[in-house]
Amino acid sequence: MQRLDILKEVNDIFIDVLDDESIVLSEQTTAADVDGWDSLTHIQLIVAIEKKFKLRFTSKDIQSWKDVKEMIDCIVTK
Amino acid sequence: MLTFNELKKNLKKDFTDFKKVKVAVLGDTATQFLVKALRGTGYEHMYNLEVWEADFNQIENQIFDEDSDLFKFNPDVVIIFYSSHKLLAKYNKLKPEDYSQLAVTQMELIKILHASLCSRLKSKKIIFYNYTEINDSVFGNYANKTEASFLFQQRKLNYELMSYSSINPDFHIVDLSSLQNQFGKSIFFQPSVYINTDMVLSIDIVPEIAAKTVDLILAMTGKFKKCLILDLDNTMWGGIIGDDGIENIQIGALGIGKAFTEFQYWIKKLQNRGVILAVCSKNTESVAKEPFEKHPDMILRLEDFAVFVANWENKPDNIRKVQSILNIGFDSMVFIDDNPFERNIVRENIPGIMVPELPEDPAEYLEYLYTLNLFETVTFSDQDAARTKQYQVDAERMSIQQSFTNENDFLKSLKMVSLVSHFNKFNTPRVAELSNRSNQFNLRTMRYSEMDIERFAGSEDFFTFAFTLEDKFGDNGLICVIILKKENTETLFIDTWFMSCRVLKRGMENFVTNTIANYAIDKGFRFLKGEYIPTEKNGMVKEHYSNLGFKDVDGFWMLDTLEYENRDCFITKKDQ
Repeated sequence: MQRLDILKEVNDIFIDVLDDESIVLSEQTTAADVDGWDSLTHIQLIVAIEKKFKLRFTSKDIQSWKDVKEMIDCIVTK
Repeated sequence: MLTFNELKKNLKKDFTDFKKVKVAVLGDTATQFLVKALRGTGYEHMYNLEVWEADFNQIENQIFDEDSDLFKFNPDVVIIFYSSHKLLAKYNKLKPEDYSQLAVTQMELIKILHASLCSRLKSKKIIFYNYTEINDSVFGNYANKTEASFLFQQRKLNYELMSYSSINPDFHIVDLSSLQNQFGKSIFFQPSVYINTDMVLSIDIVPEIAAKTVDLILAMTGKFKKCLILDLDNTMWGGIIGDDGIENIQIGALGIGKAFTEFQYWIKKLQNRGVILAVCSKNTESVAKEPFEKHPDMILRLEDFAVFVANWENKPDNIRKVQSILNIGFDSMVFIDDNPFERNIVRENIPGIMVPELPEDPAEYLEYLYTLNLFETVTFSDQDAARTKQYQVDAERMSIQQSFTNENDFLKSLKMVSLVSHFNKFNTPRVAELSNRSNQFNLRTMRYSEMDIERFAGSEDFFTFAFTLEDKFGDNGLICVIILKKENTETLFIDTWFMSCRVLKRGMENFVTNTIANYAIDKGFRFLKGEYIPTEKNGMVKEHYSNLGFKDVDGFWMLDTLEYENRDCFITKKDQ
C-alpha cells in the first residue's frame, strides 16, 4: 500500500474516532494540531488502526510517535 | 452489540426525559472508557445514567472519608472495580508465607468498605466486579493443589464474593470472570494498552461489560424480562409437527434432537426460576399440544405454560392476546422463533418486545442465548416458582367470569379471603421483590430493598401491611403492599401502595381502603393522605384515589376518616 493511501485510511479513522468531519491530516500533523487527539483517544485510534490494517503495535510503538509521519512509518514496517 | 465508538457517539445525543440514575464508579485502574460506555449504553435503554468517576485508584480514600466527593454525589448505585492485575501486584509484594492469606485479607477489606458504604449512603446498592483469572504459571497445573498460588487465591476470592453476595441482598456482582471465559483473555485484555495507560479492559470488551452492568441497573430499577414466548416447529423441536407427525419430530435421540432437548431443559430451568412461559405457534391447537402430552422425550409439558396459543392468526395479534391474559408490559417479554419473517413482523408490530436473532443452526441456539443475558434479576424467592400455576388459574378464572352476567355475582362466587399482615421475616423477600417488579398499579413507584423493608417494619413512624388474596381457584399469594408513614399526629401518608395487576377488578382496592381507614381510626389518625406520581407505566392508577373517595387538596389526595363509610367488597379478612 502506498503511503498516500495509508494516510487517507488513517485520516478516515481519525474522522470516525474523533467524530469530526473536518480533520485533514498530513504527515507533519502532530497531536497538538488536532482537537480531541489526547492520550485517551490516542488509544482508541491505535486500536482502530490495528484493526483496519490487521496488525499489532508494540507498547513502545504506541509511545514513540511524534507525528503522523512516524505513525505511517511504523504501519509501513509491519 | 454497539462498538465503543458508537456508544461514545451516543453521549452527544439528547437524554431529556430519560430515567435518571446516579452511578458512582470507583476503580483501581483507568476507568475512563468504561464510564463513557456505561452512559452510552444507558442511552440505548432510555436511561440517563449520570456517572461520577472517582480519580484513579481512590477506592479506599473515597469510601473511608465521610466528606468525600463520592458521598457528596449521593449515588443511587456504586460500582467498585478492583482489577486482578492490581490484586496480582499486591500478591507479588507479599512474603511467600503470606500468599495463602491473600483472599481472606482482600475479602476483609471489601467487607469493611461495604459496611462503610452502607453506613453513609442513602441508597445501598453496590455493584462489584469480580476478579478475572490470571494464571501466572508459577506452579503449572499444580496451582490447583497449592493454596499459596495466585490462581488458587483469586478463585477463592471469587467464591467468597459469591457467598458474601448471597447473604447481602444489595451487594451485586457483575461476573467479569465469566465474561473473560466467554470471550477469551486475548480479546479481554490488551497488554500494550495496559502498559501504556493502566487500562485492563480492551476497547472491544468495554461495551460488553457496560451491557452486563446496565442489565443489572435496569433490573434494580424494575426493568427486566418476566415472560418467554416460544414458537414450536423448529424452535422447540426439529421438524414440523403438522407435516412430520409426532413420531418424526426431532427431540431426544432422533436426528439433531439433542439440541432441542438441551434447549428445553434451559427453558424448564427458567420456568423453575419464575419466568412465565407461553406458546405462540401457527398450528392447529390439538396438533400443537400433542407432543407435550404424548411424546416421551419432551422435557416441557403443558402444565409448564401459563398460556398456550396455537392457531392460524398472525403472531402479533396472538402476542397481544398473551399480553391481555398475563397483564404485563410488552417490554418485559422475550419472543423466540426460528423464522426470520415472524421475528420481523413481531418486532415491527410489538414495541418493546425483545426478539433475539436466533442463529440458523439449532445447535447454536443455546450458546447464543447464553450470551444475551436476557433474564437478569435482582431477586429470587420461593414464590417465583409457583408463578406459572397462578397465571394458569387466572386464565381459568377469566373463562368462568364470562359465564356470569352480573359482576357482583361473579365476585361473590369466588369466595375471596385476604390475609393481612404487617411486614415480617417471612414476607419481607416477597415485599421487596414486588416493590421492584410492580410498575403499573403503583402509586408512587418507590423501590425498596429487603433492608429498607426491614427498616420500615422496625420503625415506629411506619405502619406496614401485606395483603394476600385467596379464592376458590387457589391462593394468589402476596399481591398488595401498603406502607403508611406518620406525617403528624392526625395524618398518615400513604408512602407506598402497589398491587399485582393479576387481581385487578376484584374489589381489592375497596378492601385495602377499608383496612387502612379503620386502622387509622383505631390509632387515632383522622386523615389518610395519598399521592400519585405519574410514570410512563402507571397511567391505570391516575384516578385511583378519586375513585376511592379521596379529595384533591393541593396535589395530594385526602381522606377524612370521620366521614368514612366502609366500601362494598366481597373479600373477607382471613384470621391469622
